[in-house]
Amino acid sequence: MSKKRLTVGITGMNARPDNPGPGYAVARCLRAAPDFHGRIVALSYDALDPGLYSADVCDAAYLLPYPSAGDVPLLEHLQTIQDTANVDILIPCLDAELPGMVRLEAQLRALNITTFLPSADQLRMRGKDRLAQIAQLGAIHCPETRSVSHTAFFYDCHKDDWHYPLVVKGLYYDARIVRNAGEGAEAFRKISAEWGVPVLVQRVVQGDEINLAAVGDGTGNMLGAVMMKKLAVTEKGKAWAGVSIVDETLLAASAAIVRELQWRGPLEVEVMRDTQGRYQLIEINPRFPAWIFLSTGVGRNLPWALVQLALGQTPAEFPPAVPGVLFIRRAQEMIVPMTQFETMVTVGALDFSDKTS
Amino acid sequence: MTSTYSNDRERADSLLPPRDVLRRLAISESGFVFDPASGNSFTVNETGLAILRGLQHHHDLMTLTETLLRDYDIKPRDLERDLLEFAGTLREYFANA
Repeated sequence: MSKKRLTVGITGMNARPDNPGPGYAVARCLRAAPDFHGRIVALSYDALDPGLYSADVCDAAYLLPYPSAGDVPLLEHLQTIQDTANVDILIPCLDAELPGMVRLEAQLRALNITTFLPSADQLRMRGKDRLAQIAQLGAIHCPETRSVSHTAFFYDCHKDDWHYPLVVKGLYYDARIVRNAGEGAEAFRKISAEWGVPVLVQRVVQGDEINLAAVGDGTGNMLGAVMMKKLAVTEKGKAWAGVSIVDETLLAASAAIVRELQWRGPLEVEVMRDTQGRYQLIEINPRFPAWIFLSTGVGRNLPWALVQLALGQTPAEFPPAVPGVLFIRRAQEMIVPMTQFETMVTVGALDFSDKTS
Repeated sequence: MTSTYSNDRERADSLLPPRDVLRRLAISESGFVFDPASGNSFTVNETGLAILRGLQHHHDLMTLTETLLRDYDIKPRDLERDLLEFAGTLREYFANA
C-alpha cells in the first residue's frame, strides 16, 4: 500500500511574456522545494495558455470556465475535474478569481479541496479603492486615487488640478498610464468593459518601485517576506528583471498591514519610494506575484510555505532574507504537438503522468 | 583656531551620506557597489573604491585624508578636491536613502 501523493492545483498558468500570470512560477517553486513530492495540476482559461502544456512542472492540466461565467459553472467544472484530478490544495493566482474562490471555500472543502485564502472581508479591505485606509495601517503614504464612472472625467480633470500623465486602473486588475484625455477615455472604455465600473484614476508617482511578497498566517503574522526592486519592466510595467533587497520601512509597513488585517494567504505589497524618499502604497494583491520564483533564489520558498499552512503544518523558520539576488525573465517558445492542443480544445484536459501524452 | 578647524570638519563630513548608509554597502574588489536596502548599484574606479572603503571605516573626511595621503602618492590639495567632489556625488546619489 503506497501513501497518497499530495496534489496541488494552481491557476493563472497564462505565462504571457509581457504580463505573465503567477501560476507557472508558483509551480516552479513547488518543484524546487526538496520536501515536495506531490503532483501539480495546471488550471487555466485559454487553450493557448503555455502553462497548460508545461509537462516540466505539471502532471496534468485542465481548462476552467472564465471567472465572469460565475460561481456555479466554476464549481460544476471543478467537480468534474476532481473526479480525475483529486486536487488536495488549490492555489488561485489571479486577482479576478479570488472573490469567487473565497465565496466557494466551503463548497471546495466539500470536494476535499483545501485553500488558504483571506476572508471576503479581508479581501474587500485591501481593495484598490481603499488604498488610503490600508496605507494608514502601515504608516505610509499613498497616491491620491479617485473613482471614475464616466469618460467625462478625462476631459475636465484639469479643472480639479488633475494633470496628465495619470494611471487608470481596474477594480480587480489592469493598470495603464495615460498621457492625455483621449488615452484616458480609451483606457477607461477598455478597463471598464473587462472589469466593470468604477474605474480608478491615480496620480503618477515618480521613483523606485519596490515590492514585497509574503504569506499571512491568518493570526496576524507575516511569514517569509521577500522584497524586490524592479530593474526592468515590460510596456505594461510588469517586472522583467529585479533584485532582492532588504528595506526595513517596507517590511515594517507590510507587517503592520498583515497584522491589522489578520491577513490569511499570499499577498504582494506594491510600493513606490518616491523622489522625496516617501513610501507610497500603490496596491496590495491577494496572491503571489509572477516574480515569486525569486523567493526560492533567496531561500524563502513561499508557495511551499503556503502549502504547508494549508496542510495545517507550521513552516520551518525562514533563513534571513538575502539581498542582491537578481531575477531576469526570459521568453521562449514551447513546442506543442497538435494532438495535445486538440485534446485541450476538445476535452479541456491533458494528463502528462506518462510524459508522452 | 580650534573652533574653525572643528567647523570645517563638520562641514566637510556633512557632505557625506549617513554613516549607516555607507556601512551597509556591499563593495566588491572590482569596484561594483550594491546597496542592499535600495537595490541600487553603481561602479567606482580604484580611487573611488579606496575612498568608499575608507569611509566605511572612518566616516570622517579628515581622518580619511590623512590615511590616503599616507598610502597614496597624491598632493594634499588634489586629494581634498577629489574627496569633496566624490562626497558630493555620493550625497546626491543617496539623497533619499
